[in-house]
Amino acid sequence: MSILSSHEKVETRGFLLLVLILITVSIGGIVEIAPLFTIESTIEKVQGVRPYSPLELMGRNIYIREGCYNCHSQMIRPFRDEAERYGHYSLAAESMYDHPFQWGSKRTGPDLARVGGKYSNQWQVAHLIDPRSVVPESIMPPYAFLKDRDLQASDVVDHLKTLRTVGVPYTDEQIQNAKADLEAQAANDGDHEALLARYPKAATGDFDGQPDRLTEMDALVAYLQVLGRMVDFTDVRTEDLLQ
Amino acid sequence: MAAAGTALLAADRPAYNEDVVRLFTIATVFWGVVGFLAGTFIAFQLAYPALNLGLEWTTFGRLRPLHTSAVIFAFGGNALLATSLYVVQRTCRAPLFGGPLLANFLFWGYQLFIVLAASGYVMGITEGREYAEPEWYTDLWLTLVWVVYLVVFFGTIVTRKEPHIYVANWFYLAFIVTIAMLHIVNNLSVPVSFFGTKSYSLFAGVQDALTQWWYGHNAVGFFLTAGFLGMMYYFVPKQAERPVYSYRLSIIHFWALIFLYIWAGPHHLHFTALPDWAQVLGMTFSVMLWMPSWGGMINGLMTLRGAWDKLRYDPVLRFLVVSVAFYGMSTFEGPLMSIRQVNALSHYTDWTVGHVHSGALGWVAFVSFGAVYYLVPRLWKASRLYSLKLVEWHFWIATMGIVLYITAMWVSGIMQGLMWRSYDALGFLQFSFIETVEAMHPFYVIRALGGVLFTTGSLIMVYNLWRTARGDVRAEEEMVLKPAIVAATPAE
Repeated sequence: MSILSSHEKVETRGFLLLVLILITVSIGGIVEIAPLFTIESTIEKVQGVRPYSPLELMGRNIYIREGCYNCHSQMIRPFRDEAERYGHYSLAAESMYDHPFQWGSKRTGPDLARVGGKYSNQWQVAHLIDPRSVVPESIMPPYAFLKDRDLQASDVVDHLKTLRTVGVPYTDEQIQNAKADLEAQAANDGDHEALLARYPKAATGDFDGQPDRLTEMDALVAYLQVLGRMVDFTDVRTEDLLQ
Repeated sequence: MAAAGTALLAADRPAYNEDVVRLFTIATVFWGVVGFLAGTFIAFQLAYPALNLGLEWTTFGRLRPLHTSAVIFAFGGNALLATSLYVVQRTCRAPLFGGPLLANFLFWGYQLFIVLAASGYVMGITEGREYAEPEWYTDLWLTLVWVVYLVVFFGTIVTRKEPHIYVANWFYLAFIVTIAMLHIVNNLSVPVSFFGTKSYSLFAGVQDALTQWWYGHNAVGFFLTAGFLGMMYYFVPKQAERPVYSYRLSIIHFWALIFLYIWAGPHHLHFTALPDWAQVLGMTFSVMLWMPSWGGMINGLMTLRGAWDKLRYDPVLRFLVVSVAFYGMSTFEGPLMSIRQVNALSHYTDWTVGHVHSGALGWVAFVSFGAVYYLVPRLWKASRLYSLKLVEWHFWIATMGIVLYITAMWVSGIMQGLMWRSYDALGFLQFSFIETVEAMHPFYVIRALGGVLFTTGSLIMVYNLWRTARGDVRAEEEMVLKPAIVAATPAE
């Protein structure tokens, strides 16, 4: 058999085997992943998607830290039932500044891609402190400790700068004002006008019922409240969504 | 003549490094039990949320990565290291390249990686991408350890005394090389500060998603499949005392498997914001992958031709053979679930979790148990295992655990998928989300009980192996059944 005799060359030469393996396993990834960076229609042309505000970003990092993605997706599929349950199907554009993506792979709990604005801050806080106080059948863990812990964000400027390094278009103005924006967003009497000019549609004001403190709960709820709210779908034409 | 040959072989035998294989074997068993316990605990958390204990360190969100990493990278990884280093020395007739120093660095370096990763999860240090959760400093450390692994393994191949590189080593080598590639590319990230733990992934959104699932699916394809197929190609023929069924099939199996697997990642992203062309490509290759997978299964199972009777009295061989059968089952189920229309129902549900566990418990864990049962008497110079009866008990208890687990997840997964999309007569969604959560409770309890059985089986193994290592032998009746011919003899 020819295959046997020709394969003998491979299995008697270690380096040849190594190189052939490397070539064989490289092809699929290159063909599938590289075009996603070059085909322009991969990210839909829609308006409104912006980098996260400093407080939302800190909240997102808490979302990642607590492993919320283990049970909650952020990716609505284009099915009738998902559209009715969660809203418009998710666009690639909506997570284009997400480092890393948090689409998830399992819905032990519901999808959160458009949870922003769906519930009040009070509901979100009560639910995070004790999920079963508002949803008796819930199996979600309690996150009461978030309310008792001050948000550690002294290095928020570094976070924005790092994200700019990996491609998130934070402006110099946004970076300069990062600390001020962080505090203003969760303060009832903060400079919301300047914040909203930099980060349209951000939820503002105290989130956790403790106006004198900036806690991890404030940050997480600020993040949850902006999820799915950036794109205004009344302005979107179907052609814009073709990938 | 035979005696002279054996004597010659023994004199000719190089001094294999078995110390490090022993260490990796102990680590395999230890982390296995840790991983099974963690899995069982979080399974109970889903049935009884009070078990989250109200502490930040013990929530499901932090413990689930601990479980997945403990079973994949700690249990599976140590099993792969133990067996690959054992197999490569014997099939190359050469001691480990780099000597004991490099081997010991490999062992302790890998254990440090596990501890860094696991302690990070509990403290909330994570990159937030499934099965690639460790942060940048842990990733860098693993990269170093992995390069040493490649040097030790490949160096042993290069310095071999055998002209041919045995098929098991092709699979181990493909596993080591590909995991290096996946790990490095997928974990490209920029730390916020040199002294901090936090980093941001180089990729975002849809590109990040496909890179991650290119990694994630091939963690399955190369860590949990190619590596363990290397195990199959050594331990099944050894335990069955038969040569591999088909050499030609193993060549086709190998190259087709490693070529096709890499393409399958997009099937984790059906109907998402990933462009359709990529989804269809992923589905197509996933379906094609069925063929080499079953080629491998056939090669493993048919190795028993003429030796099937051994299954009746050799429970170690039974572990190995049933693992190959589970491999066949889950590599049929996988392509099925990668079809977009099926995935529309199965995605986001427990069906996926059940599928993963039929592979992880049935294939990965069972083939590892078989290999460990094979190795321990040889590594600790015992005449045989302490008790084959206990292996038998382990086998049946673990098998019942798997059956409970995967059937519960099939039912709850398909049920939940159907409930999400069901409409009432008036055209409204019939169930709220929380009603689907409630409906899954009984299946979560059954699944957790499956986990209890599986873990119990592994504790029986620990006892058996410990006694074996001590040199104890339990007085047992031979497990050889009376030949069937006796029963078939007609009465006088």
